[in-house]
Amino acid sequence: MSTNSRWRALTHHHLFWPVAVLVFLLLVNVPFTPDFFSVKMTGGHLYGSLVSIVLFGSPLILVAVGMTVVIATGGIDLSVGAVVAITGALACSYISHQADQNALSGVLLAMGLGLLAAVVCGLWNGFLVARMGIQPIIATLIIMVAGRGVAQLITNGQIITINSDPYKLIGGGYWLTLPFSIFVVAVVVAVTVALTRRTALGLLIEAVGGNAEASRLVGIRSRRIKIMVYVFCALCAAVAGLMISSNTSAADGNNAGLWIELDAILAVVIGGTSLLGGRFSIGGTVVGALVIQTLTTTIYTIGVPTQTNLVFKAAVVIVVCLLQSPKFRAKVFGAKFGARFGAKGGAKPAVAETDTAASTDAAPKMEVS
Amino acid sequence: MAEPRPVLQMTGIVKEFPGVRALSDVDFRLFPGEIHALMGENGAGKSTLIKVLTGVYSLDGGTITLDGRSVLFGSPLQAQQAGISTVYQEVNLCPNLSVAENIFIGREPTRMGRIQWKRMRKEAAELVDRLGLDIDVTAPLSSYPLAVQQLVAIVRSVGTGDSDGQGSGTKVLVLDEPTSSLDRDEVQELFRLMRRLKDEGVAILFVSHFLDQIYEICDRMTVLRNGTLVGEHMVADLDQVGLIQLMIGKALDQLEELHDQQLHSDVGETLLTAEGLGRTGGIAPFDLEIKKGEVLGLAGLLGSGRTELARLLFGADQPDSGKVTIGGKQLSMSAPNAAIGAGVAFCSENRKAEGLVPDLTVRENIILALQAARGWTRPIPVAQRDELVAKYIKALDIRPANPEARVGQLSGGNQQKVLLARWLITQPKLLILDEPTRGIDVGAKAEIQKLVVSLSEEGMSVLYIAAELEEVLRLSHTIGVLRDRRLVAQLANGPEITSSRIMETIASGEHQ
Ligand SMILES: Nc1ncnc2c1ncn2[C@@H]1O[C@H](COP(=O)(O)OP(=O)(O)OP(=O)(O)O)[C@@H](O)[C@H]1O
Ligand SMILES: [Mg+2]
Repeated sequence: MSTNSRWRALTHHHLFWPVAVLVFLLLVNVPFTPDFFSVKMTGGHLYGSLVSIVLFGSPLILVAVGMTVVIATGGIDLSVGAVVAITGALACSYISHQADQNALSGVLLAMGLGLLAAVVCGLWNGFLVARMGIQPIIATLIIMVAGRGVAQLITNGQIITINSDPYKLIGGGYWLTLPFSIFVVAVVVAVTVALTRRTALGLLIEAVGGNAEASRLVGIRSRRIKIMVYVFCALCAAVAGLMISSNTSAADGNNAGLWIELDAILAVVIGGTSLLGGRFSIGGTVVGALVIQTLTTTIYTIGVPTQTNLVFKAAVVIVVCLLQSPKFRAKVFGAKFGARFGAKGGAKPAVAETDTAASTDAAPKMEVS
Repeated sequence: MAEPRPVLQMTGIVKEFPGVRALSDVDFRLFPGEIHALMGENGAGKSTLIKVLTGVYSLDGGTITLDGRSVLFGSPLQAQQAGISTVYQEVNLCPNLSVAENIFIGREPTRMGRIQWKRMRKEAAELVDRLGLDIDVTAPLSSYPLAVQQLVAIVRSVGTGDSDGQGSGTKVLVLDEPTSSLDRDEVQELFRLMRRLKDEGVAILFVSHFLDQIYEICDRMTVLRNGTLVGEHMVADLDQVGLIQLMIGKALDQLEELHDQQLHSDVGETLLTAEGLGRTGGIAPFDLEIKKGEVLGLAGLLGSGRTELARLLFGADQPDSGKVTIGGKQLSMSAPNAAIGAGVAFCSENRKAEGLVPDLTVRENIILALQAARGWTRPIPVAQRDELVAKYIKALDIRPANPEARVGQLSGGNQQKVLLARWLITQPKLLILDEPTRGIDVGAKAEIQKLVVSLSEEGMSVLYIAAELEEVLRLSHTIGVLRDRRLVAQLANGPEITSSRIMETIASGEHQ
């Protein structure tokens, strides 16, 4: 009885299925790469598949964390990919104009410039959504499209390469044997969790996303909160942009962060945050982003032919989304794994019920990611 | 007299939610041509029984037979196709679609795959007419008050059998608290319709916390308590006192107490004044004064502008004219924040759309207003928060008394209490209660009314709106009478003020 109920508490934990999928995906690699889980120390740096998954997944985690709070308010931010490109372009072009590319002050200024641009983008998105009442998907589409143009203007349509050691640290350097980006991610995640859960911000965000009209009548300044989350999301994207350009020591206005918004949205959904807004889970999003990165790695290690790459990825994403749906689990595995609440009747002429919708909403997005 | 065969029989019904056994071994039967009341306190399991029947929830045990055949519906649509039409407790329609679309959603009249809009509008208008309603079926549903939305939900359910292509027609009509925000005339209209359906042999399951309505319309009742069956009785065999005793498991004398209780508390100096406050399409400009510790009741028919008046005072809607002053300071009316800051609280009648955040927990919903006032940088200290929440869960007897429960999973009446708790916790100077007892059981209703009296004695002003005139009369120092979106009179309560006197005032407004 007690093991039974403990088992149920475990399977009903909101992180259970994302983590289960992550573990499964990791295990899939073992037959193909027997030393998949081993981590080696070479030249004072730790190497191994696990380390690279986190390293390569870092920008996605950052963008997805920002996306989570936006989605929690019932919004969405499609402009993050463009913000990634703009930030990288600005920072690199600034550094490339320095006499001494290794000067710390110049690098810091370049990064500050990138972050400032992101704040402007976030304010613009927030202004359109919160003040002008434009649908988030449309409002953020503007920078998604125009932003890449701006990035190309900055780079003159070329790939700017730089040669700056301090800048290289963010995305390509090591610290205490680990890639430096892992520390950046850890700090951003910790700050986000502290900001949302140590203050009342998380609660207010969830209230705005869960019932906007009720939040207004209860006196929540939802406009302010919405502007804040768009700025925060843009900042996260900016850090990711710095990281990506630092890793390659180059700014590519065309391709940096391309389609990252879609992977980020997927990561959020896999992490269990509903696209309808309301409850959100930063931890879930981190796991979701790792799932996506692991999937990409797995595709290479098990040697899926390149032309079927996307189909394979889509199939896995469908499975993950289905597993997330209590209704599906109840159908396939019986009531033990499913929600006890039974079916939410599809026939009700109701405004969509919030809890089961997340997974189904995600499905149409896969083909592009 | 040999009993006919029941059209619906539910036997040994069990339903469990994590941590809650909502129904255990409940039997229920329904005969053709009867109106059967399902009675019980808030959280007794009435709505759950209905949702298990209609396939919203899956069954954890027991059997259901319809017309002698064993059935198990996977969705409300299947139940509907089998002849069970349902109006759920929470109005469950699409606010941005038109009334006609809402009535026909999912079964629009079509020809060659195309929706016949004209025919749909015409039939919708006829159905609405049958209920004696005067509404424009092409207008979006959200442009009507909650009571009208509730009526549209009823029209939708009874209309099912009528539109062709549906075959079977309604055998069982389930109404879960359909009358909670209706007033007398609409209730009578609904009862007329129910009687007609009953004569046609439809079996009707009716849930209401208004005992008078039960005794007026029902033939038989089944009483639930804490998810278990207490008994099935003919309405004629059981008086109200006996019924209440069955429902709560002990005798209830608070109700009587309240009748004797007179509002003797004195009112203080002026708290709030509204001058020429109005909004086109909402309510004509009015002047109003509310004193400290005063209970101001609003009386009027459906759509007379009671809710609109309250919303204007609170700043939920922006007035076109006039001003509101509280404690000598004029409020900015662009958002509710100014009013909230000045100590005004507003419990909306529409707890689902304008009140609760269903995904958040009881605790989070209760502290929301207080937290919003403090701003996001100053969370309420955990110890203080838990103490406050526990205090109000206890004071209002919210069940289950679990602050971690998701509000969406609470029974309707308990959700209403959470909404009340949210504002009480802010200790407002003026508490606006729009239908605070909507969906609340007899015992809790008396409790809430007593609470209003004691709050007013402690100096809190209350603006009280209720569909039941007696409720307003019993509690108020002053009664504002509304008609056709105008405040037509303000009467000081006294022995000579009776409900018929108020009805007269409402009616005589007609000749102006
Ligand atoms: N989806 C759910 N998840 C968990 N618990 C639930 C859920 N729905 C109902 N419950 C619980 O089941 C019990 C019965 O609730 P139900 O809604 O049937 O009460 P009710 O008799 O309709 O009350 P009311 O008069 O307040 O409408 C309550 O304790 C409620 O908290
Ligand atoms: Mg109910």
